Amino acid sequence: MTKKAGVSDSIKALPQNMFSGFVVSLIALPLGLGLAIASEAPPLAGIIAAVVGGIVVSLFGGSHVTIAGPGNGLVIVLLASITTLGEGNLFEGYLFTLAAIILSGVLLFLFGVLRLGNLSEFFPATALQGMLAAIGIGILAKQFHVMLGIRSVKGSTLDLLQAIPDSILNFVAFHPFSGVLGFLSLVFLFLYSRIRNPYFHLIPAPMWVVVGSIGIGYYYNLVLNQQTPIDPDLLIKIPDELFSNLPRPNFSKWNDSSFWGVVFSITIIANIESLLSIKAVDKLDPKKRRSNVNKDLRALGLASVVSGFLGGLNVVTVIARSSVNVNNGGNNRSSNFFHAAFLILFVVFLGDQIQRIPLTVLAAILVYTGYRLASPENLFRVHKIGPEQSIIFIVTLFVTLYSSLITGIFIGILFTFFVHLVLSKNFFLFSLNIFKPNVLMYLEEQSGNYYVSVKNFCSFLNFFRLKNKLDQISESQHAIMDFSLCEFVDHTVMEGLHEYQRSFVRKGGILEIIGLDIHAAETQHPFAVRKTLPIPMLLGLKGSLTNRQKELDAFSKQLDWTYTAEIDNAPEGLDSFLFFDSKTINYRNNIMQNSNGSFSLFDLSFSEGAFITKEDLKATFLLFKSEKKLPVFVLDKEDLRTTLYHWAGFNDINFDQYPDFSRRFHLSGPESNAIRKLFTPDLIYFFESHPVFHIESNGTEILIKGKDRLSSIQEIKLMLAFSKDLSMHLTLAQKN
Amino acid sequence: MAFNSFKKLLFGFAFSPSLKANVFEVTRLASFLEGSLIFVHVGEKTAEKEAHFRAILKECPDQPKNIELHWKTGKPVETLIELCQSFNIDLLLLGALKREKMLKYYLGSIARQLTRKAPCSVLLMLNPSVVRRPCKHIVVNGFESPQTQDTIEAAFEMGQALHAEKLTLVEEISESRVAVAVNDDRSLRKATLRKEKINREEKMRVQDIVKKIPASKQKGLNWTTQSIFGRRGYSIGHYARVIRADLLVMNAQEKSSFFNRFFPKDLEHILAELPTDVLIVQSHLHD
Repeated sequence: MTKKAGVSDSIKALPQNMFSGFVVSLIALPLGLGLAIASEAPPLAGIIAAVVGGIVVSLFGGSHVTIAGPGNGLVIVLLASITTLGEGNLFEGYLFTLAAIILSGVLLFLFGVLRLGNLSEFFPATALQGMLAAIGIGILAKQFHVMLGIRSVKGSTLDLLQAIPDSILNFVAFHPFSGVLGFLSLVFLFLYSRIRNPYFHLIPAPMWVVVGSIGIGYYYNLVLNQQTPIDPDLLIKIPDELFSNLPRPNFSKWNDSSFWGVVFSITIIANIESLLSIKAVDKLDPKKRRSNVNKDLRALGLASVVSGFLGGLNVVTVIARSSVNVNNGGNNRSSNFFHAAFLILFVVFLGDQIQRIPLTVLAAILVYTGYRLASPENLFRVHKIGPEQSIIFIVTLFVTLYSSLITGIFIGILFTFFVHLVLSKNFFLFSLNIFKPNVLMYLEEQSGNYYVSVKNFCSFLNFFRLKNKLDQISESQHAIMDFSLCEFVDHTVMEGLHEYQRSFVRKGGILEIIGLDIHAAETQHPFAVRKTLPIPMLLGLKGSLTNRQKELDAFSKQLDWTYTAEIDNAPEGLDSFLFFDSKTINYRNNIMQNSNGSFSLFDLSFSEGAFITKEDLKATFLLFKSEKKLPVFVLDKEDLRTTLYHWAGFNDINFDQYPDFSRRFHLSGPESNAIRKLFTPDLIYFFESHPVFHIESNGTEILIKGKDRLSSIQEIKLMLAFSKDLSMHLTLAQKN
Repeated sequence: MAFNSFKKLLFGFAFSPSLKANVFEVTRLASFLEGSLIFVHVGEKTAEKEAHFRAILKECPDQPKNIELHWKTGKPVETLIELCQSFNIDLLLLGALKREKMLKYYLGSIARQLTRKAPCSVLLMLNPSVVRRPCKHIVVNGFESPQTQDTIEAAFEMGQALHAEKLTLVEEISESRVAVAVNDDRSLRKATLRKEKINREEKMRVQDIVKKIPASKQKGLNWTTQSIFGRRGYSIGHYARVIRADLLVMNAQEKSSFFNRFFPKDLEHILAELPTDVLIVQSHLHD
């Protein structure tokens, strides 16, 4: 693509990014306010961080679809800093913390300049999970009380946790109305992803909660002509003069060690949170680009400095908001900028409404955030990989809760290494080889494939060496990764490689992993620790089939198809469909297939969004091969959402002569002429007269999606009959 | 040509359990190279020891044209180096030790010192065996260095003598030469293009070296090149292990300086973890 074409493409994409920026600002507003309040900083500090982040990072950053703003991970560090540095005086503490934020921004900028962006890669994956869970518990423990309208509970995280039952029993005595409002908000947030109404999902859950609570306030004022039954103490206060009296960061503690402890904590957590988010968002980028991590770190550092001087929190890349951005069609950096612009508009024009947001509702959003970070599901997932991983997780979690984040992650690293020693029973393997290069990568001249070999051991301690080599391979290539000379491979590496495999698949390449057959693993999990020493395999019990599975099995027999209930962890070929561009495919199971493999039917688990906006979905899909080449297209029901997308610049191919079809269906694809040619009157009549499915073509195959849930056996029969007819009509249409 | 063919071989032996395998191996090698072989034992000479050794020697199926046996006393390293000089030896043969359990080979302290100080080329043997293991695939370095011409020529000569089938010339290229840091898609494309260019240049350079080797010495050998971007001295050893090469041919260390001791270079990675038999070629260009 030439530069000129790139610029004109970006301009064409502006309306679409403005739309996604708007949706992101809807979630950034409550989160920004909430995170600031949770840190005991003035509410606007979070909004300032989001605005500065949006502007600075969109101008100077190196990633494409990320959103920058105040981060969840930092709440705990900032809260500790504001309360301890100020020695009781929160405003003083806030001024000291601003100075720490500015200095950490400088450090982050230097990390970017010195290309130390991979700092976070030295942390073992499970220990990081444990630390994040501790952060989640910290947020949850503190905000649970505020959610119920009780602001007086103080103490350490563990004290706060212990006080939760008390608060539940007693909150009615304090502010029953606000407390119930907060609690209902929390219930709503948990149920939000269960409601599968597309109109409803246009507005992110946190914004529904906020709008709902403001609406209730107005209902009391305007309809019932009463005072809102919410204590003014539990409402957000915004100073009248926004920009005239900026807070002055106080650097006078520069010779205090606790001050520098805060600076380093903020820097490290900001670095980790940003890097994890950037890498995760790259996997959702519909244009499949690779972010320049170091450039992004420089921009985030700069943004933190600016934000600190303006009185804002520090700026990191945030995963939930970024995923909302991608899901709503954001495809370049301008959406980050627009999200900042809309936030400014909100604060300037809706300041009065913002002051009507009850703190209990914001706290409910934070409790939900904390729960998602600390969800027991994370521990179960880690436990499936291996029992030793759950021990690492729990040790890190508890050390972090009892001491500080930095101690916690440090102990987590040491403990992980200790576990590796116990597992491998070979101290010298690590001690002799840790500083040696252990990765060989070359382009095989005969085959044109990349070959990567790792020897000795490969764990979080030296994964950076392997990453460094893998990063030099374009993901559209074929690479072979050989572990046969490697005696020990840990979970961090296995999981990291899985991520690499996914990006290779996304970009049309292959990353094959070989040489692990001689390694033993304790569980069957693909990310389990591998070592060459044989250990007895644990026998897993085979689950019996459910009723639906039995029916599917019988139905397959009736059709003379094959059926398997087993889970396929890496379904192939689905990534080429546009539907999965910004979604993550988890696994598929219950696979039915006809004898020559041209038709297959399966249940697929996939996720949309990330973190607090993440939704895990399961649906039944049907895939069949087309006899001839087809244009790439997507056909879906026309609804409010597609109409909105149409306004925002997504194309919709309409046929003037078939108004009914054009009104009911949303059809899009890159080659509109070829699509128009394919959609003959016969085919259009076929679609008009049959139930509406989500249908996609990737050029050679057609994908049909059933409901937003698993289809019943009757629905599957209907789908299959539909697809057989469709296949026939498509062949007919191509003949003409 | 500055390169001396391997005609005079020296093997310093000790009375170890692997003596028989060692003697079989070196006599075989000497007869393949059609050279003369000098056995040296640093230690006391006793009739019993000599009889034992002669008995083994007699069993060997391959007998080089000229065999000498010497008994010397003194410090092993100094004595052997002195002998290499006085006999004008072309190739010093040394056996490596195998680490129990770890399946890795390393050099004993005497062999290590000899490797560093020897005035001639050195062959480190990992797996001496009574029955011949054919040498099929030779890997040789193609560093940009004045010594490389001799090293490659020696590799061809060894390949012919040992009836190897394949010879791979490996150019290790420092990543600093690419001078493009991979950050995103664009810099990756730039780095890949640059690597392709360096690759072509290196290939030309190595091909030019091979062109200078007389055709008679190349007969019967297939040779290819392979460029590797990575740490010099490290990648080639790892590569030799990956493709299961039977012999790795390397340049001798350039003049050891004060800094080399602290920053191990080229050979050190290979000596620390011997991937296969290693031939270190001492070029006589500087003489």
